[in-house]
Amino acid sequence: MSEEIGIIDKVSGPVVWASKMAGAEIGEVVHVGEGKFIGEIIRLAKDTAVIQVYESTSGVKPGEPVYRTKKPLRAELGPGLISSVYDGIQRPLEVIREKTGYTITRGVSIPALLRDKKWFFTPTVKEGDKVLGGDILGVVEETSLVQHFILLPPFMKGEIKEINEGEFTVKDPIGVIQTKEGRKNLYMKQEWPVRIPRPVKERLRLVEPLLTGQRIIDTVFPIPKGGTAAIPGGFGTGKTVMLHQIAKWADAKVIIYIGCGERGNEMTDVLKEFPELTDPKTGEKLIKRTILIANTSNMPVAAREASIYMGVTLGEYYRDQGYDVAVVADSTSRWAEALREISGRLEEMPAERGYPAYLPTRLAEFYERAGRAILLGSQQRLGSVTIMGAVSPPGGDFSEPVTQHTKRFISVFWALDKDLAFRRHFPAINWITSYSQYVEILKDWWVKQFPNWYRDREEMLSLLTEASRVEEIAKIIGESALPDDQQLTLLAAYLIKEGFLTQNAFSEVDSYCFPWKQSKMLSIIMEFYREAKKLISKGVSIDDLRGLREIMGLVRMKEKKTSEEIDEIWRKIKDKLEQLAKKEVEVIL
Amino acid sequence: MTLETAGLHYIGVREVKGSLMVIENVSGVGYDEVVEVVMADGSKRSGRVLEAAKDYAIVQIFGETEGLDTQKVSVRFTGTAMTTPVSIELLGRMFNGLGEPIDGGPKPMFEDKRDINGAPLNPSAREYPNDFIQTGISAIDGMNSLIRGQKLPIFSGAGLPHNKLAVQIARQATVLGEEEEFALVFAAMGIKNEEARFFIKEFEDTGALERSVVYLNLANDPTIERIITPRIALTAAEYLAFDQNMHVLVILTDMTNYAEALREISAAREEVPSRKGYPGYLYTDLATIYERAGRVKGKKGSITQMPILTMPDDDITHPIPDLSGYITEGQIVLSRELDAKGIYPPINVLDSLSRLMQKGIGKGKTREDHKNVSDQLYLAYSEGVKSRDLARIIGEKGLSERERYFLEFANQFEKKFLNQGFYENRTIERTLEIAWEILTVIPKSELIRIKEEYIEKYYPREVRVEEER
Ligand SMILES: Nc1ncnc2c1ncn2[C@@H]1O[C@H](COP(=O)(O)OP(=O)(O)O)[C@@H](O)[C@H]1O
Ligand SMILES: [Mg+2]
Repeated sequence: MSEEIGIIDKVSGPVVWASKMAGAEIGEVVHVGEGKFIGEIIRLAKDTAVIQVYESTSGVKPGEPVYRTKKPLRAELGPGLISSVYDGIQRPLEVIREKTGYTITRGVSIPALLRDKKWFFTPTVKEGDKVLGGDILGVVEETSLVQHFILLPPFMKGEIKEINEGEFTVKDPIGVIQTKEGRKNLYMKQEWPVRIPRPVKERLRLVEPLLTGQRIIDTVFPIPKGGTAAIPGGFGTGKTVMLHQIAKWADAKVIIYIGCGERGNEMTDVLKEFPELTDPKTGEKLIKRTILIANTSNMPVAAREASIYMGVTLGEYYRDQGYDVAVVADSTSRWAEALREISGRLEEMPAERGYPAYLPTRLAEFYERAGRAILLGSQQRLGSVTIMGAVSPPGGDFSEPVTQHTKRFISVFWALDKDLAFRRHFPAINWITSYSQYVEILKDWWVKQFPNWYRDREEMLSLLTEASRVEEIAKIIGESALPDDQQLTLLAAYLIKEGFLTQNAFSEVDSYCFPWKQSKMLSIIMEFYREAKKLISKGVSIDDLRGLREIMGLVRMKEKKTSEEIDEIWRKIKDKLEQLAKKEVEVIL
Repeated sequence: MTLETAGLHYIGVREVKGSLMVIENVSGVGYDEVVEVVMADGSKRSGRVLEAAKDYAIVQIFGETEGLDTQKVSVRFTGTAMTTPVSIELLGRMFNGLGEPIDGGPKPMFEDKRDINGAPLNPSAREYPNDFIQTGISAIDGMNSLIRGQKLPIFSGAGLPHNKLAVQIARQATVLGEEEEFALVFAAMGIKNEEARFFIKEFEDTGALERSVVYLNLANDPTIERIITPRIALTAAEYLAFDQNMHVLVILTDMTNYAEALREISAAREEVPSRKGYPGYLYTDLATIYERAGRVKGKKGSITQMPILTMPDDDITHPIPDLSGYITEGQIVLSRELDAKGIYPPINVLDSLSRLMQKGIGKGKTREDHKNVSDQLYLAYSEGVKSRDLARIIGEKGLSERERYFLEFANQFEKKFLNQGFYENRTIERTLEIAWEILTVIPKSELIRIKEEYIEKYYPREVRVEEER
């Protein structure tokens, strides 16, 4: 094997300079030093390459070799991805633990997909079939939740010469294809360079909501399948819990959870919970549809940079099988900081706050990989990738570059609010500063099943806006000095916040809220408000209204499981309101 | 830290800038390698390679560099990264910030030498922490529970009683139903002599010193050493926890001094700063310290970390507390206002958080109503604080009835729940009892964060009779 070898000139943290690298390419993977630590070429000038190293460079010396691979950083794609935990460059962490113990030692190179595991492959094509890149060749039951469709890699084309049913490892050929370039073996495993989006035939409009069971999302700021969302917030405002909720409950077929530069225990949490939790729709364990990428804050920074590309590539691969995939990344700010750190070592000219000038381009490229599309292949098949990223602004100040640039490239913005988090109003998503650009499109889906949904939602939002105005006044003169109708606005806003917007992620009943329940809860609270408003305008006093103990039932609806229990709450309130109305009539008479 | 490997010798220092030294005409130097510098007078300094190139190396020196004569020093490269000796004999001993004994005792026998940077814990090897530690302090146990294996810092301000609080926690911390006491690892970075003595005296008085390892880098010790001290301490802690099966409580103080030392090095290297002059990698660097806490599958021991940091200008958005809060599993925030009111511990519960509380409390661990009660206290206290702000503007008389009872709640909360003695060790039952007592100040219908069945079960009896009448 004619190996080409460069020589290290300089080592500074995760960045290494090497000469004798003529002919190399940006993005090429190399093995650095005697320890053969994995790295990637990020700059080239003549025969000098700048390499970011995915492992600690402690002890690496100038003069040591750099081995070239002549290949870019790739993801291994095939059966066995689901339920795995990988680091940022797809090394299987569970397997590494079995081999090297509880810490991550350097220089271990273990392939992402198990080499000796056998999968039962059932072909869906036969000899003589003409196939195109993206076409389904057959299927493997990867988990009880995911049928893994084996695809012909993009850009390939030809005639099936042989295809076999049976048990195979990812290394065994499953058939043969005749292409223009000759006969080639077919495998269940393929590879894809992570920094390049996998192609689709045509991108489509987004029309269907990605349901998360979180009221503040589904009803208030909904996200479509194939959409993009950012969830920015200072520490402790609820980014991670919300992304965990989405990973648990979103109605996607496959979930990719990217822990990018965050806490180790948050990964452990997912690893411990997901094998125990069941999907409300299928009754299967959540881990059977989830892939974890865990590159925590104390793991090498360059691999953190790679982790989000790795994650989204895995997502695209399942999309190409015809699935709806949700990719969540916690936190994109840590990824941006990894970019900044590497850029700093290269002594590049910084733009804002030390971030490189190409930060917005990179962010755009990442979020652009979301979407709903007609997939490659001879049949008309659809799939989607939804991307949701946490943003961690320094000091919780949204004017910083990562939040600001992210905002340009996403269409749903869930802004977390420290004041809400302080009072343990969770999810602490601010209803004034957040938005979804998809409400008008997604309302069709809702209104078809729940005709009042849109009207109730609109009225709720204007009521909340009005309430925050009234609150400002109340802060100066006190609530009791307000006229009754304004006090009612505050009371109704209180009921919306406590009864509808807050949702405890750890509540057994309320962690997931079905669409029917969301729309029912909302319509009851809004109905109460309309009725109460009538009473106030007829002269019933706000104190009489407040005196009704039954009203507090509105904040207990979320704990109820059945529609009947909720109806019962509303019936009791309605009775009382009618009594009040009667009393008022009597007084007038 | 030991420098024993014989290595390359050089005389050829080109330049010294602050704590950095540029050495020319060297080759075969490894990144991160330890360096020994012998000064003209024969005294020694150690250092570490920050950048290794073909013909030069940049070395960061620990210790004084003032008066260093570039012509007269010689430099020895050791060929290894920085290590520290570990053994069970560390217990009961006191060391300086570089791990050299300062208690007059001999160098401890060591079992192994460990890289002070440790190696990152494999996330899939972690065990999720879920054992409730009773600290005896209501604001913590009731609303921000400390869990064994958690990293929970104290965010404080100059002059606030963070040391007292840390000492009280160390003294009272127990896991219910377990006899075993915590081993203590204490690392001081740039704190005053008097403060360090307060800790040590306290450890002595409670008999904890025998199961403690103390590392001291004090205010008058070299700044740059502070980069090393917490790493040595954590290497010792990891040994005690994962080799010796002990439950270890690590106190690191003051992380602000640590971060400032890091800034100093970054400035000397003329790196592009991010906020307030701190380097862009401060987050990552702090993470390599804070993440060295937790539990490991199949191991009996654990590391619970309690870093202390003083917020410059009491500003929680300052990069040091800010980035810490992004890494640690919550924070206990002290308030100057409460302190001025004479409340001890002056914990601002609204700013405070324990991210691991959720899974460490409740039925079978503390009590089924614990989380609900905590959520309710948060809601009611924040309402009370709002009422108090309003009362400052319009006077108490202008408050509505609702605003008034919340204000009363806030007062009682601070007086009866938060406030307690330095030697007062409350059981979790007592803490919850006080919570229910003060919650009777507001009407039952306001207890919206508590399940109806718990209200039924735990609402104080006397009041219940009164209500029914
Ligand atoms: N939806 C929620 N329900 C209940 N508690 C929540 C919720 N969201 C956040 N929390 C609380 O807030 C804490 C911090 O949330 P987290 O998501 O870790 O914040 P961040 O990732 O923004 O720092 C959690 O530990 C939990 O106690
Ligand atoms: Mg988080």
